[in-house]
Amino acid sequence: MHGLLSILIWLPIAAGILVLLLGDARIGAGRWLALVASLTTLALAVPLWTHFDPGSAALQFPELAPWIPRFKAFYALGVDGISMPLIVLTAFMTVPVVIAGWSVIDMRPAQYYAAFLIMEGLMIGVFAATDALLFYFFWEAMLIPMFLIIGIWGGPRRVYATIKFFLYTFLGSVFMLAALIYMYVKAGDYSIASLQALPLTLIEQRWIFCAFLLAFAVKVPMWPVHTWLPDAHVEAPTGGSVILAAIMLKMGGYGFLRFSLPIAPDASRELDLLVIALSLIAVVYIGFVALVQQDMKKLIAYSSIAHMGFVTLGAFVVYEIVRHTGSLAGAGMGMDGAMVQMISHGLISGALFLCVGVLYDRLHSRQIADYGGVVNTMPVFASFMVLFALANAGLPGTSGFVGEFLVIIASFRASFWYALLAAVTLVLGAAYTLWLVKRVVFGPVVSPRVAGLKDLNGRETVVLGALAVAVLVVGVWPAPLLKVMQPTIQHLVSQAVASKL
Amino acid sequence: MSLATFAPAVAEITLTVAVCVILLVDAFAGERRRRLTPTLTLLALVIGAALTVYYGQVSERQVLFEGMYVADPLAVVLKLAGFLFVAVALLYSRAYLENRNILRGEYYVLALTALLGIFVLISANSLLTVYLGVELLALSVYALVAFDRDSGVSAEAAMKYFVLGAIASGALLYGMSLIYGLTGTLDLGTLASQLHAPLNAGVVLGLTFIVVAVAFKLGAVPFHMWLPDVYEGAPTSVTLFIGTAPKIAYFALALRLLAQGLAGTEAQWSQMLTVLAVLTLVVGNVVALVQSNLKRMLAYSTIANVGFIVLGFVAGTPDGYAAAMYYTLVYVLVALGSFGVILLASSRGFEADRLDDYKGLHRRDPLLALVMMVLMFSTAGVPPFVGFWAKLRIFQVLWESGHLWLVILAAAMSVVGAYYYLRVIKLMYFDEPAGELPAARRELPVRLALGLNAVAVLILGLLPGPLLDLCARVIH
Repeated sequence: MHGLLSILIWLPIAAGILVLLLGDARIGAGRWLALVASLTTLALAVPLWTHFDPGSAALQFPELAPWIPRFKAFYALGVDGISMPLIVLTAFMTVPVVIAGWSVIDMRPAQYYAAFLIMEGLMIGVFAATDALLFYFFWEAMLIPMFLIIGIWGGPRRVYATIKFFLYTFLGSVFMLAALIYMYVKAGDYSIASLQALPLTLIEQRWIFCAFLLAFAVKVPMWPVHTWLPDAHVEAPTGGSVILAAIMLKMGGYGFLRFSLPIAPDASRELDLLVIALSLIAVVYIGFVALVQQDMKKLIAYSSIAHMGFVTLGAFVVYEIVRHTGSLAGAGMGMDGAMVQMISHGLISGALFLCVGVLYDRLHSRQIADYGGVVNTMPVFASFMVLFALANAGLPGTSGFVGEFLVIIASFRASFWYALLAAVTLVLGAAYTLWLVKRVVFGPVVSPRVAGLKDLNGRETVVLGALAVAVLVVGVWPAPLLKVMQPTIQHLVSQAVASKL
Repeated sequence: MSLATFAPAVAEITLTVAVCVILLVDAFAGERRRRLTPTLTLLALVIGAALTVYYGQVSERQVLFEGMYVADPLAVVLKLAGFLFVAVALLYSRAYLENRNILRGEYYVLALTALLGIFVLISANSLLTVYLGVELLALSVYALVAFDRDSGVSAEAAMKYFVLGAIASGALLYGMSLIYGLTGTLDLGTLASQLHAPLNAGVVLGLTFIVVAVAFKLGAVPFHMWLPDVYEGAPTSVTLFIGTAPKIAYFALALRLLAQGLAGTEAQWSQMLTVLAVLTLVVGNVVALVQSNLKRMLAYSTIANVGFIVLGFVAGTPDGYAAAMYYTLVYVLVALGSFGVILLASSRGFEADRLDDYKGLHRRDPLLALVMMVLMFSTAGVPPFVGFWAKLRIFQVLWESGHLWLVILAAAMSVVGAYYYLRVIKLMYFDEPAGELPAARRELPVRLALGLNAVAVLILGLLPGPLLDLCARVIH
C-alpha cells in the first residue's frame, strides 16, 4: 500500500481544484465529482485501518522523498495509532459535509466544494506529516480555506468571526514556528522523531512548551483563549461548523500528544498543573456558560470547549498519576480517554451541528426560542437529535461515555478532586443538552412555522443515520479503536515520563 | 585588454546600446508608430538577458576595469532577475500608460536607464561606481515619478522624492568622502582588507552617513517618509516600477557596501541596522493598518518587508545575506503582481487605488481577485505560498545568530501584518460591490502574465528548494 497517504492527501486537493475549474455553471457535475472524491477518499481510508498493524508503535505506511535539501526537510509521511484514527475520522466527516451542502448552497457552490475538498487533503496532511516543517506547512495552509468558508458563506457577523479566527490561530502558530526553527537549528533537521530525541535544558523546554501551548491551546481551544470559537461556529455555514468542531479542534489535542509531551517532557511535568487547571476551568465554567446560551450553535460550541477540556485533562493527568501513585499503571488510561474523546466528540459535535443545520435550512433561525415541539412535525429528526444529545451528555452505550469515563477514572487515580470536578460535567452536560432538547424538540408546537416543518429527506437521513451508527458502534464496542492506539499510547507515556535532562 | 574582458559586462553594454537605438527610433518613428517603442524595449530586454546567459556568465569572482567593476555569479543572477522584473513591469504598464495618454518613448528609455543604474550598482566594486549607479537609478526614477506632468499629485511626489533623495545622496557622498579620506582608497576590496578594529572614530562617522543613505534608499524607518507619498502620488505604473526592480539594486547596495566593503565595521553597522529593523517592522506594520488607499497601504507593507530584509543583514552571516536576497527576490515577485492587479483593475479616469474600489472585486473579475488573494496570503507569510519561506528563512538565520528578541518581535509583527492583508481579501471576497464600477479590462497577454505570476508564487511555495539553493550558492 505504498503511497496511500499521499493519495489520501492529494486526491481531495486535486478534486477540489477540478471542481473549482468546472465552475458554478457546471455545478451539477461538480457536486457529483465532490461526492465521488470524498467517498473515494473514505474508501481509501478503510485499507489504512485494515492494513494497520495494531501491535506496533512504529510509524506505518511510511513515505519519504526529498523536499528542501537545504533545510534537511523531507516530504515524510507516516501514521501511528494516534494519527491513523484521526485521518479516518477526517475522511469520514467530509462526506456528510459534501452531502449536507447539496441543495442548500446556491451561492458560489463550486468554490464551496473546492474549499472543503482542499481542506480535507490539508487536514489529512497535518495528521500524516512526520516532518515538522511539512506539518507546519499543512497546519497553516489549512487556515486559508476555513477563512474563506466562514467569510463567504457565513452569517451576518462572518467577517468579524473569520478574521478573529484567522488571527487567533495565526498568532498561536507563529510562535510554534519560532520554537520549531529553534529546535531545527539545534537538531539539524526537521524530522519530528529527531526533535523528540533532542536533548533540551529545562529552560529551553519551558520556552518551547509555552510556544506550543499557545498554538495548541488556541486550536483546542482552552480557556481563556477560546473566545474565537463561539463566534466562528455561530457564523460559519453548517459544513464549516462541522469540520471546525469535528476535525480542526482535534489538531490542538493531536499537537499536545505529538509535540508538547514528547519534546518537552520535563516542562510538561513542571507545568502540568497549569494545563490541568485550565482544562478543569473549561469543563466546569464553560459548562455553566453553555447552560445560558440562547443560540443553538453557540450552545454546542461551548459544549465543545467543555468536552475538549477532557482531552487536555486526559493528556496531562499522567504526571499527577505518577506523582501520586508512583507507578505508570493507569497512566495510559488518561491518554486513551483523551483519544477516544477526540474521535467521539468529532462524531457527536459534527452530528449536532448537522442537526442544527437541518433546522436552520428550514426556519433560518438558530434561536432556541423560535423552536419547540419539533417532534410533532419531524419525528425521525427528533429521534436522531435526541440520540446525539444523549451521546453528548455521555450516556453509556454511546461514544461520548467511553472517553469521559476513561478520563474520569484516570484522574481519580491522580486526585479525588480532579475526578469530582471532571464528573461535574456529566451533570452539567446532561443539563445543558437535555434542556436544549426539551426546549427545541419537545413541548407543544410553538408557532405555525414549526407546525409547517417537513421531516428529514433521504439525503439528511442517510447522513445522520451513518453518524448515529458510528456513535453507537464506538460506544458499544470501543475495543478495536483502543486496540490500534494501545502500543502508540504506551510508547507516548514512556516518552512523556522520561526526563530529557 | 581583449574583447573577452568585456564579456562579463555584456548586460550593461547591451542596455546602453539599446537606450541609444530606442531614443533614435522613437524620435524618427513619430506619433503614428508609438507602439514600436514598447515592443522594441521588451525585445532589448530579452536580447540582453539572452546575451547575459550566453556570454556574461562567470564561474567565479572577477574584478575588471581597473577595479571599478566586479563580475560574480551573484551579479549575474541579480541582473537576470532585473531583466525579468523590468520586462514584466513594462508589460503590465502599457495599457495604463495608453489610457492616460502618457505612453511616450521617454518612459521606456528612462526605465532602461534606471535598469542600467541598477546593473552598475549590482556590479560596483568601488565607491565611485556605487555612487554612479545610485545616481543613475535615482535620476531616472525622479523623472519617471513626474512623468504625468499634468498631475499635481505626481509633481508633488516627484519634488518630495527629489529633495529628500538629494539629501540622501549627499549623506552617501559625505560618508564615502570621510572613509576615503581616512583610508585613502575607493576600492571596496582594499577597504575590506584595511578596515578592522580598532576603528578610527572618523570611519564610524562616515559609516553612519552611509547607513543613513542605505536606509533611505531601502525605505527603512525613520528614513521612510518619502516612500508612502511617492508610492501614492506616482502613476501606478511608476509605483510598480519603483516598488520592484530597484529593490534588487538597493539590496546589492547594502551587500556590496556594508557586508563586503565595510565588513570590518560589522559590529557597528549591525547595531545601527538592528535599531532600524525594529522601528521599520513596528512602524510599517502598524501604520499600514489604518490606510484607506491601497497604494499607500502597499507602501507601508513595503516598509514592513524592508524590515525583514534588514533583519537578514542584522544576522551578519553569509546565510543571513542569502536570506535577505531570497526575501528581496520573493518580495519583488509578489509586489510585481500586486501592483499589476491595481493596473489591470484601473481604467480611463479610474485609478482603482482606494481600498473601497476593491469591494466585491470577486464578482467583477474573478481572476484578478484570485491573483490578489494569492499574493496577499503570500505577503502575509501563509503557506503554501512562497512568502512563507522568505519569512521562515529570516527567522532561521536570526535563530542561528542568536537574536531571540528579534525573532519574537518579527513573529508578532507578522501577525499584525496579516490583518491588513486579510482586509484586502475581505473586501474582494466577502463584501458586495459598492455601486457600479467600471468593468476591468480584458487584455489577454497581460492577464496571462499576471496568472503566471500567481502560479509562480504558488509553485515556488510548494517547492522552495531550488531558489533557496541558488541564493545561498551565489552568496557564498
